Amino acid sequence: MIDVIHIVLFTFLAVIAIAIIRLRDLFAAVMLMGIFSLLSASLFTVMDAVDVAFTEAAVGAGISTILMLATLSLTTSKESRLYQRPQPLALIAVLLTGAALVYATFDMPRYGDPAAPIHHHVADDYIERIDDDIGVPNMVTAILASYRGYDTWGETTVIFTAGVGVMLLLGGGRTVYRIRRRKDGRSEDGGSAS
Amino acid sequence: MIRHVILRVLSKLLIPLIMLFALYVQFHGDYGPGGGFQAGVIFGAAIILYALMFGLEAAKRAFPPRVLEFLMAFGVLLYGGVGVAAILEGGNFLDYSVLSHDPVHGQHLGILFVELGVGITVASVMATLFFLFAGRGRADV
Repeated sequence: MIDVIHIVLFTFLAVIAIAIIRLRDLFAAVMLMGIFSLLSASLFTVMDAVDVAFTEAAVGAGISTILMLATLSLTTSKESRLYQRPQPLALIAVLLTGAALVYATFDMPRYGDPAAPIHHHVADDYIERIDDDIGVPNMVTAILASYRGYDTWGETTVIFTAGVGVMLLLGGGRTVYRIRRRKDGRSEDGGSAS
Repeated sequence: MIRHVILRVLSKLLIPLIMLFALYVQFHGDYGPGGGFQAGVIFGAAIILYALMFGLEAAKRAFPPRVLEFLMAFGVLLYGGVGVAAILEGGNFLDYSVLSHDPVHGQHLGILFVELGVGITVASVMATLFFLFAGRGRADV
């Protein structure tokens, strides 16, 4: 039964991805990307990764769709048509890379395999110690906030830096650049932060 | 934005609930799915919904950009502050076990404050991003 859900969701994902590539209307493409994220979130839920699904639904389907729409309102919602000659070399490179990636998946452990290396490096240790060390029922929170506290702090700093970067690029509205007119008609930038 | 009566009434009803849910996700993250990041994004989404429905100016009056700027940095510093507090208590950086007389209780306390820091930073960054994008060009976004 769960396999059927997987197949249906993956089929939808593939169909939507192809539709996004072929669409010229960027507004519709943004909407489809939101649906793509929501379907990914359902997929994560089926795979029992609820914390990831939560994030994907909130960030992928919610915030990034809004930001994309805000960007479209500043630019245009039609993709401009560019004629490009067919590039056989690029096609061959993409096909070869794709084939190599598919070939590499044969070496990967089966989905949900309990003997997979990823489940045995530090995970066993965490699962064993978590009740005595931390005593938090949600293991994901315990690992992210406590065992991996450094990484999570780094991630928070990344988000902060992203916010500061956008503020610098789009102008937080605080720095006022006055353009002083000189007598000879040329303008001169005089920056002043208020 | 004077039209869209149904949307405005519905979002007036929904925004407090969304914010309440964000707080639930924030403080229930130890027990259920979620945590600071998800809670911050949900809270940011509530602010964005308010801005979409009632205009950017009203949203900026409710959530002044200067306060959001302060909160962006405050969240990161709160996280780091918990780490420094652990050092002052004689442990390693971000070792919450020394924060209380009982190590498990100390871990709970540390996770609570750390997640709060993440949530504050994420919510204010998300709202600031939207304000900046929407503030350019058309004024009625």
